[in-house]
Amino acid sequence: MANLLNEEVSKQIKEALAPMQNEITMVLFTKEGGCNTCEETEQLLSEIKELNDKILVEVKDFDKDKEDVKKYKITDVPTFVMLDDKKQYKGVRFQGIPAGHEINSFLSAIVFMSGLDLGLDSKVLDRLAKIDKPVDIKVFVTLSCPHCPGAVATAHSLAMLNENIEASMIEAQTFQELSVKHKVSGVPKIVINDEYELVGNHPIDAFLTELEKI
Amino acid sequence: MFNFSVEKQTQSSEFDNIKKWDFLVVGGGPAGLNAALYAKRKGLKVGIIVNEIGGQLNNTTWVDNYLGFNMIEGENLSHTFLDHVKQLEVPILKGVYVQNIDYLKPDFSVSVSNGKEYMTKTLLVATGGEPRKLGVSGEKEFINKGVTYCATCDAPFFKEKHVVVAGGGNSAVEGVIDLVPWASKITLVHRSQFRADKILLDKLNDIEKLDIHLETQILAVVGNERMTGIEVLDKHTNKTKLIEADGLLVEIGTVPNSGLVKDMVMTNERGEVKVDLNQMTSIPGLYAAGDITEQPFKQIIISAAEGAKAALAVNQYLNQNYKGE
Repeated sequence: MANLLNEEVSKQIKEALAPMQNEITMVLFTKEGGCNTCEETEQLLSEIKELNDKILVEVKDFDKDKEDVKKYKITDVPTFVMLDDKKQYKGVRFQGIPAGHEINSFLSAIVFMSGLDLGLDSKVLDRLAKIDKPVDIKVFVTLSCPHCPGAVATAHSLAMLNENIEASMIEAQTFQELSVKHKVSGVPKIVINDEYELVGNHPIDAFLTELEKI
Repeated sequence: MFNFSVEKQTQSSEFDNIKKWDFLVVGGGPAGLNAALYAKRKGLKVGIIVNEIGGQLNNTTWVDNYLGFNMIEGENLSHTFLDHVKQLEVPILKGVYVQNIDYLKPDFSVSVSNGKEYMTKTLLVATGGEPRKLGVSGEKEFINKGVTYCATCDAPFFKEKHVVVAGGGNSAVEGVIDLVPWASKITLVHRSQFRADKILLDKLNDIEKLDIHLETQILAVVGNERMTGIEVLDKHTNKTKLIEADGLLVEIGTVPNSGLVKDMVMTNERGEVKVDLNQMTSIPGLYAAGDITEQPFKQIIISAAEGAKAALAVNQYLNQNYKGE
């Protein structure tokens, strides 16, 4: 397959990754025999890795690496999770290729996972620290949606700062079954604990208000 | 394949360092960004507060009527604007909403969803508009169950489906064009005649899967779990009929996001803010620009120009009329 990132795009990504503080690891799950966008996702991660030496990539097989599948609660492929420099999973995951507009939430997750300060206000951090029940946030996106990366980045930042929270970007076209299950026909659609729903790119305090209802 | 808009979020601490701003801009569309650019060039202490940079430009696939740019993606145009503003190092507080504005004569206190309050001598409200709803039965019920207001976001959900586009202006025609790669059939329904530019209308001639129903009013969106069609009134025959469809893209203009100031300043019957020739509202020091104002032609270049006017007028106001310290 030809390179996904041309010279100009690589240059922009390199600049966006420059603020990285520490190493991060992306653990990608694919399948022997391939899957819809598995190959492209693996290639994207591999090309991104070449642009900053603080980025590590591990590729696992959904059918063979059962322990990791269980550990990271992987349900389908392609899915990847991001680990911090201590190889700790912080609940940040991507289901499907983060191309199109989602390149922005992808790069944002890498940079903040590496330890860059998210710059959130202390009042927000205080509210976030009080979330003590397990929270699963699914953010359904399309790659052509300009409002979606904001919603994904917000969900991921909540996960990075509270170990009870997991947040997934889900590319609705690749994960059609899941999209149909959650009746997704407009994005960004945010589903919290498979129960509460939000549509649109909301600021972090609006997310928190929903989480506080749980 | 990749649409970049990566930037470092301004931390609220950067904003907190300023005790009182000369000029705060609420909104990050063409009006807000251009106002910040002009104000910074005048040497004002200016900052932008916004949830999402770009405003309605983000919902526009192609822009072909902004002087100097021939067929540029709406989002790329907004990045071009933002890059220019960033070169002047204007602080931007992103990912927040302004929740309240207090007029503390002659200054303003701006309460933001991050829990902070910011003081400013002058303020520009450039919060733009949001999609106008049809206001018919079933519309609300089927939002995101077939009814959508963002073609670029949701077009992929209409793969091999029949989609109705409501509207007769440029946005509706662009909506049809956005749907062409996805939908199996498109029906454009408009209650009167086309208002779109001829150059855009000409593009519809080549779309074989498009049906056009002018002088046709949408009466209701119908369906069960999802929408299954729309009821319309054909004004020629004065008869109602059902058009079966899987989706409805509503592109009938915008309503102003004037909730923040509508009880403070004079507005018209549509909720648009009344401004004078310098973009000042009925409150001294409080300005409005872009789609929130009653200026009738909602265009990117007009919004940008209104932002520039507001910033220049703010500079003059601060030099000549501002009564505070």
